[in-house]
Amino acid sequence: MSLNRRDFLKLMGGTAAAFAFPSVIVQGCKRALEKASQRLPVIWIQGQSCSGCSVSLLNKIDPGIASVVTEYVSLDFHQTVMAGTGDVAVSVIEEAVEKKRKDFILVVEGSIPTKSDEYCTIGEVRGRRVGVREWVEKLGANAKAIVSVGSCAAFGGIPAALPRDGSGNPTGAISTAQLLKGKPVVNISGCPPHPDWMVGTLLYVLLNKGELPKLDEYNRPLLYYGKTVHEQCERLPDYKHNHFAKHWGDEGCLYNLGCLGMDSGCDIPKRKWVGTFNSCTNCGGGCIGCTEDVFPDYGNRGIFQHLNASREELNKLEHRETIETILKLRDGGVING
Amino acid sequence: MAKILIDPITRIEGHLSIEIDVQNGKVVDASCIGDMYRGFERIFVGRNPLDANQLTQRICGVCPISHGIASSKCLESAFGIKPNKNGRILRNLMIGANYLHSHLIHFYHLAALDYVDITALLKYNGGDSKINNLKEWAKNELDVKKNRIDAITAVAPFLPRYEGKDFYIKDLDTNISAIAGYVKALEMRMKAHKMVAAVGGRTPHAISLVAGGVSQVPNRAMIREYKKNLKEVEKFINETYIEHVKAVAGAFKNYFKIGTFTNFLSYGLMDQDTENKQFFLQRGVAYGTKLDSFDPGRITEQVRFARYSSGSNLHPFKGQTQGAPGKPGAYSWVKAPRYNGKPMEVGPLARVVISYLSDNKSVKAEVDGLLKVFNADISAVFSVLGRHAARAIEAKLIAAQLWEWLDELDVNGQPRNYFTIPDTGEGMGLAEAPRGALGHWIVMKDKKIANYQAVVPTTWNCSPRGDDGVKGPVEQALIGTPISDPKNPIEAARVVRSFDPCLACAVHVVEGDREIGTFRVC
Repeated sequence: MSLNRRDFLKLMGGTAAAFAFPSVIVQGCKRALEKASQRLPVIWIQGQSCSGCSVSLLNKIDPGIASVVTEYVSLDFHQTVMAGTGDVAVSVIEEAVEKKRKDFILVVEGSIPTKSDEYCTIGEVRGRRVGVREWVEKLGANAKAIVSVGSCAAFGGIPAALPRDGSGNPTGAISTAQLLKGKPVVNISGCPPHPDWMVGTLLYVLLNKGELPKLDEYNRPLLYYGKTVHEQCERLPDYKHNHFAKHWGDEGCLYNLGCLGMDSGCDIPKRKWVGTFNSCTNCGGGCIGCTEDVFPDYGNRGIFQHLNASREELNKLEHRETIETILKLRDGGVING
Repeated sequence: MAKILIDPITRIEGHLSIEIDVQNGKVVDASCIGDMYRGFERIFVGRNPLDANQLTQRICGVCPISHGIASSKCLESAFGIKPNKNGRILRNLMIGANYLHSHLIHFYHLAALDYVDITALLKYNGGDSKINNLKEWAKNELDVKKNRIDAITAVAPFLPRYEGKDFYIKDLDTNISAIAGYVKALEMRMKAHKMVAAVGGRTPHAISLVAGGVSQVPNRAMIREYKKNLKEVEKFINETYIEHVKAVAGAFKNYFKIGTFTNFLSYGLMDQDTENKQFFLQRGVAYGTKLDSFDPGRITEQVRFARYSSGSNLHPFKGQTQGAPGKPGAYSWVKAPRYNGKPMEVGPLARVVISYLSDNKSVKAEVDGLLKVFNADISAVFSVLGRHAARAIEAKLIAAQLWEWLDELDVNGQPRNYFTIPDTGEGMGLAEAPRGALGHWIVMKDKKIANYQAVVPTTWNCSPRGDDGVKGPVEQALIGTPISDPKNPIEAARVVRSFDPCLACAVHVVEGDREIGTFRVC
């Protein structure tokens, strides 16, 4: 086991971590992790998910996922990777409930259906199919900490979105926090979240004996969600110089193509995906606001209709000189990508 | 007769369980049960059609690129445009890289633990420091957690597992080599995802996929990142992955005869023209070794045994789907798609068999080469091992082809064609996900989505019985599988996993009784 200061800073959020984490924590981290018995047990439950958060977790670099799983955490239950199948797999969470284990972090990926347990079940216990709702309630009752990964678990996400015909959500999908009312839940939102955000948060909890990192009003770690995409965007100079893209694939600020970077707390333009040069904004598509609680509905606006912003909203923009440019582009007809 | 419920089937995407009846040590009946439902497509109705590009990728986090491409094609057909050459190639580069990730993850991280003995680590006496670290970790887990409240999780996530005589490979060197492969493949699939992100901006759920092509300009930075990683991943596929598939096949030769199914369907993998007519792996239908042409008009979806109360045996264009939890006799959230009234297997084996029968020279050479190694005839491919081998062959051929596409790019050129959203329109987008044939359909009214439907790979493979009572592909493939210990039915799990099921995809289906309309066929 070795976790030097450089590794730790990387893990916790690049250079920004130097400000957010005093060196005493960094020092303490190595000591805390030296004993294998200190590895943080994680029970990872998937509800109405697409497994994208888990796939994103596998993209962890420095340290890689193999070392995360063997050195930092003990991945006690995770349907997508665990060797056990059927009863052998379910016995792990069944025991955790029956023995009232309190030593683990409960990670929830995906939303939870409430209209019927039949909409999502995991395993059979004594002849009865058990709904994911029941597992999360029972495991959540004793967990050392509860972490929602991904926007479905954090806020409901797409499974909780509303059909526009007013018929209500098909499955009554809700977030972990909505299900476990009154329990502290850390939200690692994003569709998917960056692996550094997930592993960094788990490590923080590990190092601080169950204590949670400093959170914003949506219970997301400030370290990762405290600044907007716009503030950290590769294309910010374009915005400041009134240089706007008209089509996907153009150079320039992507605001007029529906980029939601101004509304979204997320550090991807600085952190990048999978250790490459690329990000949502750099590739020319733009931010779709997936870290926010209103994703993907944004009221009735949807994702790619940013030009519906009111003049009042535009007037709040940081650089007033751009407002007229935006309105002029609008008058020239809606840009369809 | 012993009735065994295997719930959940882990090491797949999503929530699936299998019920099997075992008589005299063999499976005589099987049911495939989809355990999760989100009501996805209904949520799409009334939204901006462009949102579909992003929303549909969330159907599945393992193969979002396939959904992104199918929905892009679907929008293009509704908008009356085509992608440009750069756009087509950039999409191929993205989906090709995602195939490499998906096939590696499937063999090493999802399937291999049914064959490879992880406890071989404890017997290792060699000098590889990485393996020794793992050995120390495993020993330490067993020591520290012994008698502890979480004893069951010692060496998690690799234990507990099904235990039984002859379940796992016995040869120490093969096991150690495969375990090293497992760890290395974690890094390699991540590098394949670097390739996806280089073109897609992000992965999972690429940002750059849009109607008309992609938003990422094929600049030097993109090409450099892509090539650097492709080189490493390709080397691993050719030198390690293929050899490990052969090693597993050599140790479990009986699985050339287990898990048989012989109806195949493929929409054609990766476009070689912008008209959606020429493919890298061929489009078609096969019954055993008999090839037939593909006609989308012959697809229907049946619901007698699925939890929906609406009409059955309808063409997906006219699908009526009303969710009905608790419907008597129904046992799954997965509908039963049928082609020409028959259940069809989709995926790597389907693509390889159809390409082989269509005289695809590189596929023929690879398949014949492998059959020679195992001294087997073509019937051996209709099996559990045939599926694993088909995946490996695909990975090898795709990696080689990606270099050619990189050379065909117009560097720094336009990555796409533009569009204007019409007031009304209909469209269809056909693609191949790593797990098989994927189709999206859209109807637009007032520049909004009036209806959207996807028919996805695992709906085909994990379908329940049809209206005629005939079982779905996985259900049929399970019949005859020997089960040595009903408490540890590893053999059934091997058959199911060979299909690489992805349940999030399979059970996203429409609720609501609207007719989706009629469609042009590309």
